[in-house]
Amino acid sequence: MRIATAKETYIADEGLLVTATQRAWMGVLIAMLVLAPFVLNQYWLYLACLVAINVASATGLNILTGYTGLVSLGQAAFMAVGAYAVAFLEGALGTPFLLNILAAGFVAAFVGVLVGIPSLRVKGLYLAIATIAASFILHFVFTHWVSVTGGVRGINVAPARLLGLELASPFALYFVIVPITCLMVLGAANLFRTRIGRAFIAIRDRDISAEVLGIPLLRYKLMSFALSSFYAGVAGGMWAYFFRVVTPESFPFATSIFFLAAVIVGGLGTILGPVLGAAFMTLVPELLKYVVEWLGPVFPNAGAALSPVRTIVFGALIILFLVFEPHGLAEMVRRVRRFFHLWPFRT
Amino acid sequence: MDWLFFTEVTLAGLGSGALLSLTALSFVLIYKATRVINLAVGEILMLGGYLFFAFVTALGLSTWLAIPLAIAGGGLFGMVVERTLIRPMLGESSISVLMLTVGLGSVLIGAVELIWNTDPRALPDFMGQTPVFIGEAYVSRKIAIGFVVAAIVIALFLLLFRFWRGGVALRATATDQAAAYSCGINVPAVFSLAWIVACATAAGAGLLVGAIGGISPTMGVFGLSALVVVIIGGLDSVLGALVGGILIGLVEAWAGTFLGGEYKLVTTFSLLIAALMIRPYGLFGTVEIERL
Repeated sequence: MRIATAKETYIADEGLLVTATQRAWMGVLIAMLVLAPFVLNQYWLYLACLVAINVASATGLNILTGYTGLVSLGQAAFMAVGAYAVAFLEGALGTPFLLNILAAGFVAAFVGVLVGIPSLRVKGLYLAIATIAASFILHFVFTHWVSVTGGVRGINVAPARLLGLELASPFALYFVIVPITCLMVLGAANLFRTRIGRAFIAIRDRDISAEVLGIPLLRYKLMSFALSSFYAGVAGGMWAYFFRVVTPESFPFATSIFFLAAVIVGGLGTILGPVLGAAFMTLVPELLKYVVEWLGPVFPNAGAALSPVRTIVFGALIILFLVFEPHGLAEMVRRVRRFFHLWPFRT
Repeated sequence: MDWLFFTEVTLAGLGSGALLSLTALSFVLIYKATRVINLAVGEILMLGGYLFFAFVTALGLSTWLAIPLAIAGGGLFGMVVERTLIRPMLGESSISVLMLTVGLGSVLIGAVELIWNTDPRALPDFMGQTPVFIGEAYVSRKIAIGFVVAAIVIALFLLLFRFWRGGVALRATATDQAAAYSCGINVPAVFSLAWIVACATAAGAGLLVGAIGGISPTMGVFGLSALVVVIIGGLDSVLGALVGGILIGLVEAWAGTFLGGEYKLVTTFSLLIAALMIRPYGLFGTVEIERL
């Protein structure tokens, strides 16, 4: 049971981690993240990096969709913008690694603002469709602006270099990708303790009321688009260094759906949600591979069925979560926490 | 410019435009009745094509029996989906329901790939091959038949909306659910009806699309074009679906022929954004006035 957590100051009330238990768990998590690369093998480190990249992008989408209420199906396209920015900067200018990633974020944010311009006039589902349109137009640009994007063949990216070290293996990249992602999640958590973040929430709850309260809608909606695509851009930049080749097909429309699904499965409008959701949605297909291998002796064709089964499971997960757990994994975590808070008493 | 060639391209565009209108009608029906954008329409289209394929090749039914069966299969699927998935989601935010249909589409694609694998297939020919000439312009027989069938079905729909009790009930529900309830209209039954009719229409459109271009698990992309149509025309406007369908069909045909195939999507989507900037609720959609 949780007792003696009465807060006496506003600062204590606003803290990110309020109780000793939370701090302890956070300590455990950090220790695990630090120790992981020395314990896990290459394959699991590869997955860990992939999860971290997806978490960064999903957190960005959550700022836009979960907190500002603007549904976007263009997150993959913004990631692609970031990836191309990194590939171009690395190939043509050879600027340093961290600067490239930052630049990728800003380029993506700029594109995000352009895509967000219709958001003042267009709302709800119409906006979602407008972002679909924008992502297809961006895809067209990637295939046809050959001098920058290399057309359909794409660009190869040189391995990232930091302090004279070459970061080529998942082991080396882990030490860059995971801290950046942690910083970004922390940034998102803090964002909603500021005026800007609160304004986003007000816009989500009722945009006209927010405007009446003195929140300039256009500026804040564009800001939300910019922030969200900044996250996507940085994630895309890390993606480019991780996979080392960027083509127009690297970020298909299905990836945008993947991110929206990850945010919904995790829990819209929570910080924990996209982290859990992105990890869950990235790892489930990998676990399916094990299931299929395990079923191999029983069903000889199991290997061929892997890809369709993944598609089915992906769709079924979205449906099941929406119908049975609309607030996502974050809500399940909250329930477990509440159980222990109230424990020996009934919930 | 070669006028004969231009006419032929335009006629082909009209043909695919009619199919787009038919698919768009499926979107509009569901949106009007239940305020749900069904992004799985493209996949239901695919399901219709594959059902027909299965009835003819696996069960060996005759074509003329398989067509109504495939359409009925689409309708049945719509009924089950509405009853089991959409009904429990009543009152949830529109994006949740949107994502639900996206998930449904994904399940359908996976199921089709699992059963029939990913190879594209040709539907058994049931339309004949002799080309049709309008004046001097050549039109593929399949496209001509597709156009005629789509036109007849759409006309039938317009008449049903106007005169049939169910159609009137649907329009009443679309206008004001509470008022429709108080007039004794069975609103849940209207929801069911809308899904059944819309999914049957989509399955029928899938037959036509599949007969023209063959069936494959990726043919759901056609639904994306139809989505552009409804957004440009207005989500709740039958007229918008008709005008938008013809417009997008023509633009796609012209862009595909005179600019190159890869310009098709980008042209229609640019058109979509331009249309949204000028008229946020589509050309013929109802403008929603928001109040606090």
